[in-house]
Amino acid sequence: MVQSERRLKRGRQGEFVSKHVVARVEDIGPGERRVVTVRNRPIVIFNLDGEFFGLLNRCPHQAASLSQGIQAGFAIAEVPGTERCIRRGEFIRCPWHGWEYDIRTGQSWCDPESILVRRFKVERVPGSELVKGPFVAETVEVSTDEEYIYVEA
Amino acid sequence: MPELSEARPDGGSNGTALKIDCDVHPGVPTVEALMPYMDDYWVDEFRNRQIDGLEIATYPPNAPLSCRPDWRRDGERPGADRDQLSDVVLDTFGSDIAICNPVYGGLVALSEQMAAVLCRATNCWIAEQWLDRDPRLRSSIVVPAQNPILAAEEIERCAADARFVQIMLLVANELLLGRQYYWPIYEAAQKHGLPICIHAGSMYRYPTTPSGWPSHYLQDYAATPQLFTAQMQNLMSEGALARFPGITFVLAESGISWLPPYMWRASRTWKGVRGEVPWIKRAPSAEVRDRFRVTLQPFDVTDDHDRIEKLVEQIGGEHMLLFSSDFPHWQFDGDDPVPSAMPEHLVRKMRTDNPLSIYTRLREDK
Ligand code: FES
Repeated sequence: MVQSERRLKRGRQGEFVSKHVVARVEDIGPGERRVVTVRNRPIVIFNLDGEFFGLLNRCPHQAASLSQGIQAGFAIAEVPGTERCIRRGEFIRCPWHGWEYDIRTGQSWCDPESILVRRFKVERVPGSELVKGPFVAETVEVSTDEEYIYVEA
Repeated sequence: MPELSEARPDGGSNGTALKIDCDVHPGVPTVEALMPYMDDYWVDEFRNRQIDGLEIATYPPNAPLSCRPDWRRDGERPGADRDQLSDVVLDTFGSDIAICNPVYGGLVALSEQMAAVLCRATNCWIAEQWLDRDPRLRSSIVVPAQNPILAAEEIERCAADARFVQIMLLVANELLLGRQYYWPIYEAAQKHGLPICIHAGSMYRYPTTPSGWPSHYLQDYAATPQLFTAQMQNLMSEGALARFPGITFVLAESGISWLPPYMWRASRTWKGVRGEVPWIKRAPSAEVRDRFRVTLQPFDVTDDHDRIEKLVEQIGGEHMLLFSSDFPHWQFDGDDPVPSAMPEHLVRKMRTDNPLSIYTRLREDK
């Protein structure tokens, strides 16, 4: 367990955030996802080809768990017969009514300006850095020769 | 090419804004009247087979709705008297221009060839017997949707005459109108900048409701919005709107009050199944606002000023309505097709600005 002082800093919306170590990098493989709870909030962490992204696990429509949805690409076409799939695996479809969210930005496709999922910064950090702090690692054993994922929340 | 009316967008005949009636129905009196515009084979065929009475089943001549009682003439088909149409529609209703939608058997005939012959003859007849005689009249091109290739040929033939300002199809055909089968019609429409008018009326290839035949005329007519709903949705979903961005679709005699619930439901559903139809890139309600227009009569909304404002806002704004009297159909009594509670700003829009914005041929100087 890392003994680190919980130094708070301000997040995107002006509230205090801290860095929470939630998993080892190898716990969430490419294309996989995992739900973690940080400061009482369910957050779903996605691994897109080694890059990590975190979204509040709650659909802005009617609060379904996005983690239960299908992760897919995005269909585009000009007219029938020209269908293509782009950005494979980078969208999550809500399991309830199928709204699509961009995992990288949290924006819904149908109404990106006003319908979006809250996003959390997720980064990788080597264990050797971790021990220096300021990180909160309540649930993860940390060793210096592994790589970890932390969420800012 | 015949001379266009003196009337101009910048000033109608009386110096005020040009007023346009977007849906009136001249009646074809008998098939005999169309014979001058057919070749001998077809003249003989119609005579030998004693075919007449080709009004479409949607508008039986004696049904109350097909002709307002004070406009009926003994022994005549509704709308067959040109002078009456001009008197009522232009002089009494105060329009400078009226767009004729001759709804007749060519639109529904089972034989593709007969359909094409009748449509062609109807267009020639309208041009010679109506447009030539009253320069304030314009017309839709009627086409045999039974054979879209022949329909496109008829569009090509008529488009040279600038008094034909749009193409008319019925709302119920052999297939849903978005299907690629119909795209030759849209190809020609887009090429000539002609809106497509989808008018109430059925080929009667299927029951008039999606779940079976009703028993009464009332049901046929009142259920018509279901057909319009299906066509709007299909034109979007099959990619016809995306493929032909230049075409505006006019819903004629569709009624209006059914639009908001449809737009709401279509947009809501689309959000979840967008991947099926990726060529629909914005909510269906936005497509409707941009690509469709509706004619005024039958105006199926309460006579309440605020509710009309609200409805127009819900269907996308004041650009959506096109003034129409629907003469000689019995949709209202009295001498004013505009409901008394209609806000003044909407009247000006629907009678002048909105039609001129989509009927580019009414703006052309000649
Ligand atoms: S709850 Fe997510 S789309 Fe409805």
